[in-house]
Amino acid sequence: MTQLALVIDLNVCVGCHACVTSCKEWNTSGPAGAMSDERPYDVNPTGNFFNRVQTFEVGEFPNTETVHFPKSCLHCEDPPCVPVCPTGASYKRKEDGIVLVDYDKCIGCKYCSWACPYGVREIDEKQKVMKKCTLCVDRIYDQSLPEAERKPACVMACPTSARLFGDVHDPESVVSKAIRESGGYPLMPEWGTQPANHYLPRRKTRLRIHEDELERTDNPLKIDRQLPKPDMAEPSLDDVTSW
Amino acid sequence: MSAAVAPEVAPAVQEIKKTTCYMCACRCGIRVHLRDGQVRYIDGNPDHPLNQGVICAKGSSGIMKQYSPARLLKPLKRKAGAERGAGDFEEISWEEVYATLAERLGKIRATDPKKFALFTGRDQMQALTGLFARQFGTPNYAAHGGLCSVNMAAGMIYTIGGSFWEFGGPDLDRAKLFVMIGTAEDHHSNPLKIAIAKFKRNGGRFISINPVRTGYSAIADEWVPIRPGTDGALLLAIIHELIAKGLYDRDFLVRYTNAGQLVNLDDKHDEFGMFVRTEVPQEEACYDPQNKLWWDRISNKPVITHSEGADPFLLGEFVLSDGTPVKPSFQLLQERVQDYTPEWAAQITGIPVDVIRRLAYEMGVTARDQQIELPIAWTDSWGKEHDTVTGNPVAFHAMRGLAAHSNGFHTIRALAILMSLLGTIDRPGGFRHKAPFPRPIPPCARTPTSPLAVRPDTPLDGMALGWPSDPDDLFIHEDGTPVRIDKAFSWEYPLSVHGLMHNVITNAWRGDPYRIDTLMIFMSNMAWNSTMNTVEVRKMLNDKDEHGEHKIPFIVVCDAFQSEMTAFADLILPDTTYLERHDAMSMLDRPISEFDGPVDAVRIPVLPPSGECRPFQEVLIELGARLKLPVFTASDGSRKYRDYPDFIVNYETEPGSGIGFLAGWRGRGGEKFMRGEPNPNQWEMYAKNNCIYHHELPRSYQYMRNWNQGYLEWSQRNRITRYAEPILIHLYSEVLQKFRLAAQGKGISRKPPEHLKQRVETFFDPLPFFYEPLETQLTDKHKYPLAAITQRPMAMYHSWDSQNAWLRQIHTYNTLYVNTQTARLQGIADGDWIWVESQWGKVRCMAQHSEAVEPGTVWTWNAIGKAAGAWNLTPEANESRQGFLLNHLISDELPGKPGASRVSNSDPVTGQAAWYDVRVRIYKAGAEEAQETSPQFEALTPVPGMKQRPTWLAYFGGGKIK
Ligand code: SF4
Ligand code: SF4
Ligand code: SF4
Repeated sequence: MTQLALVIDLNVCVGCHACVTSCKEWNTSGPAGAMSDERPYDVNPTGNFFNRVQTFEVGEFPNTETVHFPKSCLHCEDPPCVPVCPTGASYKRKEDGIVLVDYDKCIGCKYCSWACPYGVREIDEKQKVMKKCTLCVDRIYDQSLPEAERKPACVMACPTSARLFGDVHDPESVVSKAIRESGGYPLMPEWGTQPANHYLPRRKTRLRIHEDELERTDNPLKIDRQLPKPDMAEPSLDDVTSW
Repeated sequence: MSAAVAPEVAPAVQEIKKTTCYMCACRCGIRVHLRDGQVRYIDGNPDHPLNQGVICAKGSSGIMKQYSPARLLKPLKRKAGAERGAGDFEEISWEEVYATLAERLGKIRATDPKKFALFTGRDQMQALTGLFARQFGTPNYAAHGGLCSVNMAAGMIYTIGGSFWEFGGPDLDRAKLFVMIGTAEDHHSNPLKIAIAKFKRNGGRFISINPVRTGYSAIADEWVPIRPGTDGALLLAIIHELIAKGLYDRDFLVRYTNAGQLVNLDDKHDEFGMFVRTEVPQEEACYDPQNKLWWDRISNKPVITHSEGADPFLLGEFVLSDGTPVKPSFQLLQERVQDYTPEWAAQITGIPVDVIRRLAYEMGVTARDQQIELPIAWTDSWGKEHDTVTGNPVAFHAMRGLAAHSNGFHTIRALAILMSLLGTIDRPGGFRHKAPFPRPIPPCARTPTSPLAVRPDTPLDGMALGWPSDPDDLFIHEDGTPVRIDKAFSWEYPLSVHGLMHNVITNAWRGDPYRIDTLMIFMSNMAWNSTMNTVEVRKMLNDKDEHGEHKIPFIVVCDAFQSEMTAFADLILPDTTYLERHDAMSMLDRPISEFDGPVDAVRIPVLPPSGECRPFQEVLIELGARLKLPVFTASDGSRKYRDYPDFIVNYETEPGSGIGFLAGWRGRGGEKFMRGEPNPNQWEMYAKNNCIYHHELPRSYQYMRNWNQGYLEWSQRNRITRYAEPILIHLYSEVLQKFRLAAQGKGISRKPPEHLKQRVETFFDPLPFFYEPLETQLTDKHKYPLAAITQRPMAMYHSWDSQNAWLRQIHTYNTLYVNTQTARLQGIADGDWIWVESQWGKVRCMAQHSEAVEPGTVWTWNAIGKAAGAWNLTPEANESRQGFLLNHLISDELPGKPGASRVSNSDPVTGQAAWYDVRVRIYKAGAEEAQETSPQFEALTPVPGMKQRPTWLAYFGGGKIK
């Protein structure tokens, strides 16, 4: 069975927010209608986004890591948001594992957003329906797009290619390989939601220099430094040994 | 995969048009998807070399720029009797705009053209704006480089003949070690993101040296926090270590730099500190004649450099047969860095000694032991054939963190020298040039050298901006006083190659060096974030003389958006957005070249202009014709170019030169490139080719271009450079020494006025040295212990994006980041309101604790704070109530010596605005105080013609909202 998902590589994500606004831009003009923004030019503007990047610091100066953490619906294999929906608007697709909301059925009761431990569902305050990442379901199967572009908008946009897309149930997919080889992990597995989306951790590259690597025989100083020669008058071993 | 589809929709995309992004200066290729004529989606053009299909947060939010309610849609003039700054305007017609300007500017031009000043922001059309100014005859023209990063351009171009960003960059494809120093998350945007990610995936090691760990630094393998303004000390200590350990690329230094050249050390001599030359007379030109000497190790006597079979000493001292004492310049460099030990630098930078040493060793050992050999044959300038191109895979990138200090020029010289010692210039895995660079040191363009170049009804006799190579190139009066309003190219800032836009308003207001009549500003927010000392500058803009006349009589602002600046205009010209205009990212300006060859690009409108907007280019061409500026006028006196596209196609730098704004598809049928007759179908050809022209050089011309015979001849044939002489790296700068000699009274060149002698002598040191930033030297560091800087976030560019409904949700206001310990010592909790105070002013803002900033530094995001009501935000918007502008704390001038005039708060070599030098203290705001940013300004109101700002937004591109 297919389970589509995003794998996000925190080792290269620079927190640029391209995935945030390209998602908004694609989806606001999508089949579900506009994603609204309240007070867009006023105090405390707030709008509907399917994907946000949080930035936080880990550790204490100077051993600080600044982490950029993009987060959208994780398309859990056991999504707690689905069973709580009183109208059946929130559902998980059998064929590809995408969790979707049927806006025609949604009554905006917000049960699902309370149930979601990841805080990725956002009510559209204008339409009063619950919205969330659709994995760009309107792109990925769209035969009118060239095949290379049948990918989520955020994946296409991401300048660092930190966002991989594919079937986590197919062991040969790029996402499964990345999870396997780069230590991919799900978010808060203790909740038992089995998120389909995974994250790849930071990795460090170091350089070890051995003391004796610093100076080599072909050191240019040997050429450039006119090493002082001892005075001819100085005594030498040569003068005093006779055997 | 299953063919199941989501909810039914009509096919989403109806039309795709390609053009070039302008949400920042990176200039990615974009595809604009239109539905029913409205923008539905903007994505990256996969066939574009720069961004290869990706796009950033800004580029993805172009829709919100296009339809922003802050757009200016009508030409406006200040209402009679209204104060400047109040934003009280009335609509006028374009005809009235043109008539007003033609009359006013015509009079200025007929009498004293320098009374017209044109200054522009990050406009990407300096080739045209510069041409207009020159044709008008005014010397008073520049773009924003003096504020931005001129130190980076000048420091590197005067050393290696090229610079970072548009002109060159790190070759991360091949690098093994990447050191980023003083770079926030811009400069470059997408190309650098693409490259860093690939580099990391390929196992490269990435070190970031920065007071702050954000953006790109976040994913560095190692973060080395450093105190602002001390990078020069670090770089010099690294140079010290590399030389001490012999970790320099000797072969590279010998052949490709002036390391082995002998310097005259006879201090009685007029040529003291200059390279000794052979007697061969050389034609005067802007290249290094190959007539200097080495001391040959083999024959142990002086020989002409690059003599067959010779090999110079790099260290030592010698005496010429005429008794002149000489030393190779490398010896002088070694002497210079003798005391710049890691121990010394550790005290200054705050970086531990062992880390400084390790940085040096990592660089040196990687460069030496991981050398790359590419099987590319090439011939050097001295005719020697090489079978391979060698690379030492250590790459650097640096930007404003180094540049925006008053010691930035020498810091950047130190960086360029470090890169050269490692042997990384225009080599794989190191730094690589982008056309039109490398150029001679310095490049050939010169300003005029006397006020006689400014004459009524006559174009300026020379360029408004150029590259001085000695004191005789300065643009000054007989008595040494400046000709330009910003005092660029004067003894105060001799190498101010980008001008000093940041001093224009102050100087014009004070009438020092003179009064002007009309100040025209194109897309620069000089009443806010593109100015220092903002509170006072705003007063100057509205200040009047004893007759009640404005001290700056007439201010014209062209911009697409209502801003703090437009409020001060007498005349507002509504510009188009990037989606509504033609543009040329020209080889004559700052093209988007790649390492492998020249690339230029265009914009082609995808939407009609909104309201009555007109592109500024059209305004210039119309004005040019009305003022009868020669270039814009046909021989019968009629208008020469129909419009901007027509100008781009048909303009040639000289009649028949075959060089125009665009390098691609020249010649009648588009069969030529770089040079060729105008091609009437050039725009169509760009349109068919992703809006770019990319000329990929043969592999043998892609490296070692400073000394690559084939490349240099190609470049000369195509008129990119005038000469094909090798461009030796200036470890030791004779250009600087010439100014120093003049200050010492030596030689026959012009001499600085008395009060500037010491300044010139000190700062025109032929070798880099470290000094505390000038403002720091004038600051009581116990009273103002902290350095305050800004960084630019990735999701915003300059002040351009607060009117963007999506981007402002990412950065709605800015706080001051303070190291947690530093804050606690002051009793400042996370989120507290505090005062930040410098010697020059104070600002109230919110503090935010951070572990990702060095304890002696506080910082904030650049240009998010706005004046109330500007950019058509409500006066209550967070940008003005919680957001703040650090510029209020930064002075535009520093006290000069007693009795002398004040000098710009700038680098004394280049005039780069030193806006990262400011020192501050912080303390908690009183509990009774308003929880609001201070200072506040009277709220601006929307100007006529602007759209109403909606209280809700539900953008749906084309068609109906469901
Ligand atoms: S677009 Fe990519 S790099 Fe940028 S924030 Fe999103 S995941 Fe990170
Ligand atoms: S997959 Fe599509 S809907 Fe989901 S975060 Fe990415 S762009 Fe948004
Ligand atoms: S980096 Fe972003 S804003 Fe800048 S040109 Fe590219 S897409 Fe546009």
